[in-house]
Amino acid sequence: MLRSLKNTYRLGVKELNSLRRDPVLIFLIIFTFTFAIYTVATGVQTELRNASIAIVDEDHSELSRQISASFLKPYFKSPVQIGLGEIDSSMDASKFAFVIDIPPDFQANLMAQQTPTLQVNVDATAMTLAGNGAAYIQTIINRQIGEFVSQSGTPIQQAVTISMRTKFNPNLESSWFMAVMQVVSNITMLSLILSGAAVIRERERGTIEHLLVMPVTPGEIMLAKIWANGLAIILAVILSLYAIVQGVLGVHISGSIVLFVIGTALFLYAMTALGIVLSTFAKSMPQFALLAIPFFVVMNMLSGGTSPLEGMPKVLQIIMQASPSTHFTSFAQAVLFRGAGIDIVWPQMALMLLIGTVLFVISLMRFRSTMSAR
Amino acid sequence: MADAQNFVAALKSVNHRYGETLALDGVSISVPRGEMVGLIGPDGVGKSTLLGLIAGVRKIQQGDVNVLGGDMATRKHRENVYAQIAYMPQGLGHNLYPTLSVFENVDFFGRLFGQSAKERDWRIKDLLESTGLAPFAKRPAGKLSGGMKQKLSLCCALIHDPDLLILDEPTTGVDPLSRRQFWELIDRIRKRRPEMSVITATAYMEEAERFDHLIAMDDGRVLAVGTSNEIKEKTGAKTLEEGFIALLPEEKRAGHEVVTLPPRVESDGVLAIEAKDLTMRFGDFTAVDHVSVKIQRGEIFGFLGSNGCGKTTTMKMLTGLLAPSEGIAKLFGKEVDANDLKTRRRVGYMSQSFSLYGELTVRQNLALHADLFDLPKAGRKARINEMIERFDLADVQNELPESLPLGVRQRLQLAVAVIHQPEMLILDEPTSGVDPIARDEFWRMLIALSRDDGVTIFISTHFINEAERCDRISLMHAGKILAMDKPDELRKARGATTLEDAFIEYLEEASGIVPEAETAQAEQVPQNAKTKPKASSFFSPSRTWAFARREAMELVRDPIRVIFALLGPIILAIAMANGISFDVEKLNYAVLDQDKSQESHRFLENFSSSRYFQQKPQIAIRSDLDRRLKSGELKFVLIIPPDFGRDLLKGHVPNVGAWFDGAVTFQAETSRGYVQGVLANYLAEYARREGASQAVPPLANIETRFRYNQAFLSVFAISPGVLMLLMYMFSTMLTALGVVREKELGSITNLYASPAKKIEFLVGKQLPYIGFGIISFASLVALMVFFFKVPVTGNFFALAVGAMFFAVAATSLGLVISSFVSTQLAAIFGSAIIVMIPTLNFSGMMYPVSTLEGGGRFVGHAFPALYFQQITSGVFNKGLGFASLYQSYLWIGFFCVLFWILATLLLKKQEA
Repeated sequence: MLRSLKNTYRLGVKELNSLRRDPVLIFLIIFTFTFAIYTVATGVQTELRNASIAIVDEDHSELSRQISASFLKPYFKSPVQIGLGEIDSSMDASKFAFVIDIPPDFQANLMAQQTPTLQVNVDATAMTLAGNGAAYIQTIINRQIGEFVSQSGTPIQQAVTISMRTKFNPNLESSWFMAVMQVVSNITMLSLILSGAAVIRERERGTIEHLLVMPVTPGEIMLAKIWANGLAIILAVILSLYAIVQGVLGVHISGSIVLFVIGTALFLYAMTALGIVLSTFAKSMPQFALLAIPFFVVMNMLSGGTSPLEGMPKVLQIIMQASPSTHFTSFAQAVLFRGAGIDIVWPQMALMLLIGTVLFVISLMRFRSTMSAR
Repeated sequence: MADAQNFVAALKSVNHRYGETLALDGVSISVPRGEMVGLIGPDGVGKSTLLGLIAGVRKIQQGDVNVLGGDMATRKHRENVYAQIAYMPQGLGHNLYPTLSVFENVDFFGRLFGQSAKERDWRIKDLLESTGLAPFAKRPAGKLSGGMKQKLSLCCALIHDPDLLILDEPTTGVDPLSRRQFWELIDRIRKRRPEMSVITATAYMEEAERFDHLIAMDDGRVLAVGTSNEIKEKTGAKTLEEGFIALLPEEKRAGHEVVTLPPRVESDGVLAIEAKDLTMRFGDFTAVDHVSVKIQRGEIFGFLGSNGCGKTTTMKMLTGLLAPSEGIAKLFGKEVDANDLKTRRRVGYMSQSFSLYGELTVRQNLALHADLFDLPKAGRKARINEMIERFDLADVQNELPESLPLGVRQRLQLAVAVIHQPEMLILDEPTSGVDPIARDEFWRMLIALSRDDGVTIFISTHFINEAERCDRISLMHAGKILAMDKPDELRKARGATTLEDAFIEYLEEASGIVPEAETAQAEQVPQNAKTKPKASSFFSPSRTWAFARREAMELVRDPIRVIFALLGPIILAIAMANGISFDVEKLNYAVLDQDKSQESHRFLENFSSSRYFQQKPQIAIRSDLDRRLKSGELKFVLIIPPDFGRDLLKGHVPNVGAWFDGAVTFQAETSRGYVQGVLANYLAEYARREGASQAVPPLANIETRFRYNQAFLSVFAISPGVLMLLMYMFSTMLTALGVVREKELGSITNLYASPAKKIEFLVGKQLPYIGFGIISFASLVALMVFFFKVPVTGNFFALAVGAMFFAVAATSLGLVISSFVSTQLAAIFGSAIIVMIPTLNFSGMMYPVSTLEGGGRFVGHAFPALYFQQITSGVFNKGLGFASLYQSYLWIGFFCVLFWILATLLLKKQEA
């Protein structure tokens, strides 16, 4: 037992040494946990930004001018005035995401209480903008109309009001969400690649055979790879959380980073084991990459990180329960954003441990039988 | 040059460097015409570099290289002579395509040289018959034995009747019989075409004896030139090998002495190795067939045979790396058990390839193994020092193995293998590629281990002179042991003068062939069907087709790539269509109703009946609220204040609280919008119910038209982008792999050495992937239309034409990437990054192009993705046709041309 621990430790140190001398992988780790997180968090926005908008002003009234002037940066680009006939062609060519058509005599009809109709054309292929943008535009126009009317008397009174408040991310800054989800996706990708590449590298160089004829067991070899690669990633994660996510991006992390690191370790256990399983199916590094890419994309896209799990077909939801990334995503959101404690997230942690152990056993079974075959 | 008549090649003060190392150091030689010239010397002395320069596959750095009467530094001359030179690179079948059959391989080369079908037919028939490969015409090249591979390589080289045949170590790793047959074959061909000159590099001194003219090389320099007898006379040596050693500079020879094997004291007792009927099958292929051996302690037992005859497999079974399909192996009287760690401590193993950690220093490697073998802590350091001393590693102990010469690395491997004082050593071809002096040194160490320490040594080799140093040897062929005895006994048993002759006889007997008499060959050649290959015009469609045909055949025979290409896009499309969704439905929420009146009930009904929301059990106490939001169970919570109903009826305007979970920002934002919408509905309903008294009629209607996607479903908006992205990613990535694979596997040399133009090669490689691109287009469209139910509102043909254009552009981008990078791994990750990042962010797939500014806008327009996105989205969503999309076609076409130019510029036609 002690012997076994010593071997695992010794082989793991060797693993770290290999990693240290591999500039490409080191670069990959550093790049993904710093620059990539920063770019994604600041570049990808789900808030309304820079929306291109055009206005067809058939009214040419005081009110229509006020409406045109109310679309402000940074939410909108400066509105462009176009003619009625240009709506279709310009939207076909994706020149504008929104086109507002103010009909003739809009102001006059409004004042005469004839309830005129104003049209907002939304390019609904631009899903990131369309929904929020349309709601936003509606609010802006209503406010303008309301103000315009109230200048001439008649205040408006609602029967019930709702005061809306948001927990965990009060200003709904999408960079918070993006930063953390990018950390999760990086962990998923790197754990898969690092462990798989570590096995394939040894096999391509023939060192794995060498290990297998020495008094070490396949289990020790694998555990060494798991702890060493896991440790490298965890260090990068901790650094990234403090320096980039909290430091540079100013994300407020409400939960315990210690708890998050423990959960990450469980996730890494499962993912590195999966990486080893995949590596036993591939004959070379390129084959491994071809195999790992679909796994990564599926685990990443369908884990609930990019879009909620509830919206997916039932079959997919059930299949994705087998993926450790699904549980890790909900674990990470709960701990980092909502400040959930172990009393709340223990089921996810237990599931990651279970899935990891199943994968570990599979990889152990495949390891010796495939490593030495020609 | 004046000598051009007499010399096929002349080199003058040629230098060649790889980074710091000087591979050729002022080499000046003349290669006589019409002769068989041998280039001799161990690995890594610059032989291959020299041959590469003569063949025109390597770029000349310094000096003059004159071949076939012209300067090889000028492109024009090279293009003219490529068709007259045949080059067979080093390595068993490195220029062959392993999944292609024997016939297909030769056929490809025939096509490459522009031969007609009729001409190829008789030439291939002639070549295969004269090499004895005719019965195996349909066998894939990868499944041939080493000797057969080399014969096939030769066929490929000879298909175009070259004037100069360049062979780089053609017989390394080939069994003695095949080796002899190979040289007989060359002799016959030379008889038929005496004008052909042959230059051969070899590390086997024995076979160099048969060459007309020898050039001995060491350390990038020419040591001596002349016939084999001249060299022997000059040095006064009996054999060429001894002569070669004598030629080496003083400091290298220092300490070299002839290896002698002291007699072994016979010992009985437990056998070190005992194998009985050891058999290994891989599928229907029997690699090792009932092998039985008994090896005594302290014996040096040699194992001879060609590559792939089962030596390595046998060794792996003896070490427990492989479990035999049949039979038993015993080490020290105990059956080999993969899980028995104790036996492993008694064995040291050295595998064929260098298998130490390149990232650990010499000392660290030793230390790691000392730790893993659990040497007693006290003596550990001393033992490591002892090893460093004994194997002469003191000077290099802190260096990385990769920077050391092969001979030293092999010594290190041996040191590692014996650090735990094993009683037995299993060594798999430890000396292949090592120069003669280092080899002798290595053997002296082995002999010391055997005779002084009583270590049993089980060694495989393909050097005959090493076999002679063993106590006993066994000859293996096609998985069986043909003979086993003391070297001298074997020789005597066959009445042969040399051990090599004895082996050849055994091999001939085993293969059941009669020593090949000059079987009459079809001498009459249908001259009319002969094309003299010439450096042809700008673009040859037939050569392009030759490349395309071959690539397609290789591709369909590689299951991993085919599965990846066909299933990958479908799997990822399903993942993306579901993963990139902005639809917000069935948001879980709960209510804390502090009023519980009829009115609050009515108010809440508006929420529970909405398809956007999904009500969860009520919140009983306030502290529950936090916990349930924290766990992620609820996306929002509604808090109805006490006296809600009463206040409402009194016109006091009650205020409902709503708490949202802001973790997933997009979801939170959307749910806020929906809550507002439900409130508006309630207010309108309330106004109707309570009469006009309190209600305010809307001032104006705002009619929001969601164009192109009335249902406002993500899948409609995202699918065209997913189609574009996946076609793009897979086409680019697979094409990028295509070219780089050849770089890594070495078959790119065929391009270097052939008269084919770069653009022909590139377009030829590209064609099959365009085909794959179109297949994935078709399958993705089918998936989207029939499975996701995304309607095609525009002109389908406009989409299909766009897809063709785009497949060409995407594969061309793949060509650019693959011309640039040097490993397959870099090609995969490089293309993933180059494709994914600009496309996801700046192509209009996720964020409308009209919102982009500055750098992002520029990057978006700098790739073809944006233009194909206009087409897919235009045809799927916007009902467009050719008339509105013609600009996009033009742009994609422009990118095709741009990428072709870039790829052609980046691809090298010569090695550095």
